[in-house]
Amino acid sequence: MTVEVGTELPALSVRLRRADLVRYAGASLDFNPIHWNEKTAKEVGLPDVIAHGMLTMAVASRIVAEWIGDPGAIVEYGCRFGRPVVVPNDDEGALVEVTAKVTKDFEDGTVKVNINAAFDGKSVLTGAFARVRVS
Amino acid sequence: MPLDPAFTGRSYPPSQPYDVSREKIREFAEAIGATSQAYFDADAAKALGHRDVIAPPTFAIVVSMKTNETVMFDPELKLDYSRVVHGDQNFTHHRPITAGDQLVSVAHIDSITSRMGNDMVTVRTEISTVDGELVATAKSMLVVRGEDA
Repeated sequence: MTVEVGTELPALSVRLRRADLVRYAGASLDFNPIHWNEKTAKEVGLPDVIAHGMLTMAVASRIVAEWIGDPGAIVEYGCRFGRPVVVPNDDEGALVEVTAKVTKDFEDGTVKVNINAAFDGKSVLTGAFARVRVS
Repeated sequence: MPLDPAFTGRSYPPSQPYDVSREKIREFAEAIGATSQAYFDADAAKALGHRDVIAPPTFAIVVSMKTNETVMFDPELKLDYSRVVHGDQNFTHHRPITAGDQLVSVAHIDSITSRMGNDMVTVRTEISTVDGELVATAKSMLVVRGEDA
């Protein structure tokens, strides 16, 4: 696969609803109640239940995995958790929009892909990137 | 009370082995809405050169969770878990975590710093097979919000 710096990956939109947070809590064993209990979330000063940062990070990894075909090619993946994704108790949930672009060729068979995950028009992951083996 | 920077460099005993199963990988992959067949179908994974189904890149957090808890609940460190926020996260995969792996995690405190009343703790977890093959390194930066922050 030849990959050039500047290549944009196919965008990904993911809707996170309360049920998705409960499912991720079970799968990841992270049962912190701020991710499913409004009362607890509000007691600690949050506007409402928020998605696990690790769920947002995992969802954002899909843009790279689905583009490269072999998720095992992702040799490094990192981000800072900039803002929470607030998930209301309704059918709409929260829409996370993921975009990504190849920004650097390390010239060792790997490239850097910068990833942006936006919610409500604002970036929720800061400095998110993956290092991906392309040859 | 700020955390004591003298804990920098502390290492914790290895975890019990974690058995990575196809079903746990499937459950996790479904929970993140993933569609990559290498997570679900052993034949598809083998066609890509893997021994069995592989795990999504952030699955390492599940493997290292128990180990990270030993740090967070270390009575000597005196970290107030109710004030912890996940600041950042990084995974380096020496190879993908694969169904059938038996993985042992070892946690290290790489740094403790304080800024504007908050403590920042970086925990590095080295994940290896029971045979000693290094598989992944997970680094978590935890922010402990100060009483006044």
